[in-house]
Amino acid sequence: MKCADEFRSREITAPLVQEIAHSLRRPVRIMEVCGTHTMSIFRHGIRSLLPEGITLLSGPGCPVCVTPASHIDAFLAAADLPQVTIATFGDLIRVPGAERSLAGARASGARVEIVYSPMDALTLAQQEPERTVLFPAIGFETTAPTIAATILAAERLELTNFLIIAAGKTMPQALEALMADPELQVDGLLCPGHVSAIIGSEAYRPLADRYHLACAVAGFEPADILSGLLSLIRQINEGRPGVDNCYTRVVTAEGNIRAQHLISEVFSPADSEWRGLGTIPGSGLVLREQYRRFDGMEQLAIPVQPARELKGCRCGEILKGRLLPPDCPLYGTACTPLQPIGPCMVSNEGTCAAYFRYSGRKTSTARQEPKPLSVSQRDPS
Amino acid sequence: MKTESIISLDHGSGGLASQKLIGGLFLKYLTCPQLRDLEDCAMLGEYAGRIAFSTDSYVVDPLFFPGGDIGSLAVHGTINDLAMRGARPLALSLALIIEEGFSFASLERIIASVAKASEAAGVAIVTGDTKVVPKGKADGLFVNTTGIGLASHRHDISVKKAQPGDAVILSGTLADHGITIMSCQAGIDLGGDIESDTQPLHQLVGALLEEDAGLVHVLRDPTRGGLATTLCEIAQSSGVDIVIEEDRLPIRPSVSTACEMIGLDPLYLANEGKCIIICDQDGAEDILQLVRRMPEGRDAALIGWVHEGQDGRVSLTTRIGGSRLLEPLTGQPLPRIC
Repeated sequence: MKCADEFRSREITAPLVQEIAHSLRRPVRIMEVCGTHTMSIFRHGIRSLLPEGITLLSGPGCPVCVTPASHIDAFLAAADLPQVTIATFGDLIRVPGAERSLAGARASGARVEIVYSPMDALTLAQQEPERTVLFPAIGFETTAPTIAATILAAERLELTNFLIIAAGKTMPQALEALMADPELQVDGLLCPGHVSAIIGSEAYRPLADRYHLACAVAGFEPADILSGLLSLIRQINEGRPGVDNCYTRVVTAEGNIRAQHLISEVFSPADSEWRGLGTIPGSGLVLREQYRRFDGMEQLAIPVQPARELKGCRCGEILKGRLLPPDCPLYGTACTPLQPIGPCMVSNEGTCAAYFRYSGRKTSTARQEPKPLSVSQRDPS
Repeated sequence: MKTESIISLDHGSGGLASQKLIGGLFLKYLTCPQLRDLEDCAMLGEYAGRIAFSTDSYVVDPLFFPGGDIGSLAVHGTINDLAMRGARPLALSLALIIEEGFSFASLERIIASVAKASEAAGVAIVTGDTKVVPKGKADGLFVNTTGIGLASHRHDISVKKAQPGDAVILSGTLADHGITIMSCQAGIDLGGDIESDTQPLHQLVGALLEEDAGLVHVLRDPTRGGLATTLCEIAQSSGVDIVIEEDRLPIRPSVSTACEMIGLDPLYLANEGKCIIICDQDGAEDILQLVRRMPEGRDAALIGWVHEGQDGRVSLTTRIGGSRLLEPLTGQPLPRIC
């Protein structure tokens, strides 16, 4: 990781920190859209280096966090079928549905395997032709091209035992819905690096123009994030918000055209339910007609679950940046990383989990010591 | 497949097949006289000092991994648990739970590895037990080792003894075992020099305590939960704060890269041949040099300091100068989506 090292050295970050402090003229509220930004900010202790006038809000950019309980329940309904193996990204397995999680289903006997890419799920399907392998296809534009490529590969291989439940989402529509909320006071957006690598930095131009919003596309190393913040503060100071691409080593203005084509070849836009944000028009990705035979909902006759929110959970407002995690009555008491209720606590990238892990801010009430989950992934010893 | 090539339920029955397994395989490699006697228990003789006693079960998947296997791991793990209280390991037990149908050749490889590790460490397997369970009731092989050790009265090493001002030394590189196992489980070949760090630490600890026992306050091996979780345990038990510095943490570049790729934090991954040494600041430099002279401690580094505090907080000063609180690991380390 030599190249990453350069973006983590104090020689490079210290002048940026100084310049940010020097440039800040008024309190600003900046939303970091991406969950990986949230993690990186905590992991490198970036908040502790910023002047008090900068408030960082964590946006809806954690794909696991915004997957609604209804989708989790659909994955669970599939997991309960005796012939089905669920092959899933690791951080999805602890996400609670209405009553259970995939980890709970696995403990009760369901076959739930962790994979590192959808292609691994496809390989599993080839290895176990007697079983049906279902991949819960969550994620943003970053993961959608790989999922699309996997579907095309399954088509080429004429596989009949590989299915997905299409639960992918697209970022610009969600940001549009967020920014249209008059209660949301945000001066600038730190735009996601990975998503932007696919959709291109110009995808944020309409937002910048319509809402007079400063936008900066940034990578995930400390120097990247600090450069992005500095750009936003300068844009705000000058009163000329636009889109600044601070991640040119990865992101172009138009994005990855080939990946975009892959997505639109396999998926078409549809309305989609986001946990905490409700249904956002055109923000979901569903399989096109010609690939419907890979649709797990249809093929396994899984009933569409009604939208249902978790009682007492304030993840929605936290995702919108209206509340900070400790403002939620469940935070640190009923909802902890070991026994998460809301999605923001489940994923490593989730705002609440990151807060809990790194900030040391817990609710003042006594913390419950929840029982360990029966996750059956094996100990390293 | 020949019947001899797999383990059957008969091998655990206590009858003829069991005797054949013990005589033909176990005693072929494990040669301690007490074990050969096949008595119900081993007699260890008389010792002056405090007896240390520890047990650990090993369920690692895969059974064979770069740098070791479940056999060597089971020997080293229990030796290290004894060493972490300043005890000299005297003897080990070895108990196996084998799933019916397990490969005889794999079992032989593992027993040979147990024998090699125990011989190299100078700690004999003096008693043992074997059970075979029906197919599907276990996953291949589970191993338990229990160890007896002897601790001198001269020192009292405990997780409760960290004091403000103490130095925190780590005996070598971070996360080697954890990343090896996780990449094996993921089926990802990371190449490079990534392998488990499984090794016994009793000789290093022996040398350390021989030098000057009073200076060493805490010894702890950061196994499951990794460095961060173990430091949290020490801070909470001792009622102190601990601050470590990211810049000082020894980590192999290949391990660091692998952690970035899979989305795991090396601070929370298991180590199986490293210890945290918390010692008086006056002796810290000498102790560090002594540890570095030992082969198992050549990459040792001073990584931080103990401070006054009530809440048992552990924090990391990041490379860019920021500060981050380290919490104990919750749940399993899970790879991230992107």
